[in-house]
Amino acid sequence: MQYLLTLYAEEAGFQRMTREQQQQGMAAYMAYTEALKQAGAYVGSNRLQPIATATTVRTADGKTQVLDGPYADSKEQLGGYFLIDVPDLDAALSWAARCPGSQHGIIEVRPIWKM
Amino acid sequence: MSGCGDAIARDLAQQVARRSYGKLVAFLAVRTGDVSAAEDALSEAFAAALADWPRNGCPENPEAWLMTVARRKFLDSVRSHAREFPADEVAETTAAIEAGFDAEAIPDRRLGLMFACAHPAIDAAVRAPLMLQAILGLDAARIASAFLVSPATMSQRLVRAKNKIRQAGIPLAIPERSELPPRLDTILSAIYAAFAEGWIDAAGTDVARRDLAEEAIYLGRLVTELLPNEPEGLGLLALMLHAEARRRARRTTDGEYVPLARQDPSSWDADMIAEAESLLHRAGTMNGLGRYQLEAAIQSAHAVRARTGKSDWSAIVQLYDALLALSGSPVAAVNRALAVAELYGPHQALEELNRIAGDPRLVEYQPYWAARADLLARTHAREEALHAYSIAIGLERDPSVRRFLEQRRKLVDE
Repeated sequence: MQYLLTLYAEEAGFQRMTREQQQQGMAAYMAYTEALKQAGAYVGSNRLQPIATATTVRTADGKTQVLDGPYADSKEQLGGYFLIDVPDLDAALSWAARCPGSQHGIIEVRPIWKM
Repeated sequence: MSGCGDAIARDLAQQVARRSYGKLVAFLAVRTGDVSAAEDALSEAFAAALADWPRNGCPENPEAWLMTVARRKFLDSVRSHAREFPADEVAETTAAIEAGFDAEAIPDRRLGLMFACAHPAIDAAVRAPLMLQAILGLDAARIASAFLVSPATMSQRLVRAKNKIRQAGIPLAIPERSELPPRLDTILSAIYAAFAEGWIDAAGTDVARRDLAEEAIYLGRLVTELLPNEPEGLGLLALMLHAEARRRARRTTDGEYVPLARQDPSSWDADMIAEAESLLHRAGTMNGLGRYQLEAAIQSAHAVRARTGKSDWSAIVQLYDALLALSGSPVAAVNRALAVAELYGPHQALEELNRIAGDPRLVEYQPYWAARADLLARTHAREEALHAYSIAIGLERDPSVRRFLEQRRKLVDE
């Protein structure tokens, strides 16, 4: 079954880190990705640009509204995702717990809606 | 009578809960097999206690007080559902609960309840959580976090398991002598599973997890008290105490991970080690060597370092041989390879590790990849070592262990 792990964290946290800490953080994500691949659980992943780059679009009553900034203004921001393929939710949760993002933010685990 | 204060009442209720929860659940459920109803009645009794004790004073025998109220609530619930069941069944149940009741002398049926929780008909993954809930009263949300399962799923599994006990007629009883060893083994492995979950959080920052290791030791003690002549029960308690004795030594004061080989033996808990040794010795005088005694003996061979300055590696390899012959577990094979490296060097150890490399159970087993990475690094297989370190880091969920592995990886990379 496929699950999407969405990573939420305080974006400013990463910018506050030293260059070395940032590199360590990146290395941890690379190791995590490698472990997912080795286990045959990896489907895909991406890191998103900062929320300052976000634009929202909504159409109501035939009028399209375009706004600067992210959809939700929360303390933690969506920063990236991993799409994984594992037997069940328990396995997905155990991968979420291993994700470096679980230490400095929150990981939401949701099953993919199969069409 | 004057009240005993909210805080005192709550403390007392908590103490009784810790000491007597399982005893009360077991006593209520033993005749009906209805663990959920027993737990509900008991939680109502605890709520009543928190309302009553501050007003009317703490009872002299709080356990008896709780049991009297819980029994009444339990009977109420049986009667209120009377219409859903055949009349004779209701009569039989109420008679069973009323018969021979003496709140002052509640017999200890916890062992029977443990055998029901760890019954072969109960899903193996839910046995440890079920025991933690029914015997110790831990709530589902806490158990869920410790076992990395969603709270809703954990609640469902616990409810399903309790229904199974009642509907399938799983007895809350100690099995016949001839069936005892295999049935006891399911209890011991559930306790060990709880301990292992608690053991993961070495820094003890995660209170739910740290407590879990303590709860598992508590359950282990209970088994040795109730079945003092079962060597494997003694072996498991010895094993857990040996591991727990090193808890403090596993982290520096800044929370950095310290592997066993680099731990300072003077920071091990000498009392726990002494207790573990004497338990293991006692087990050795009985007939019936098993995996827990072997694993405890391995820990004992590590513990000699506190006296001699060196672990007894040849004993450790031999003990792993015996353990492998008994269990065939790839985990034992990984640990054996690391002991072999100490005696005969990393090349021979790697050969042994390669023999089990295809085992699917090792794909996500972090210690296998960490062991492999270490041995590869020692044989100067740089690229392979870097890859194995990456997998080990990616599989690890404890940040301090991850930092430790990252440092090791860096040494190879430079």
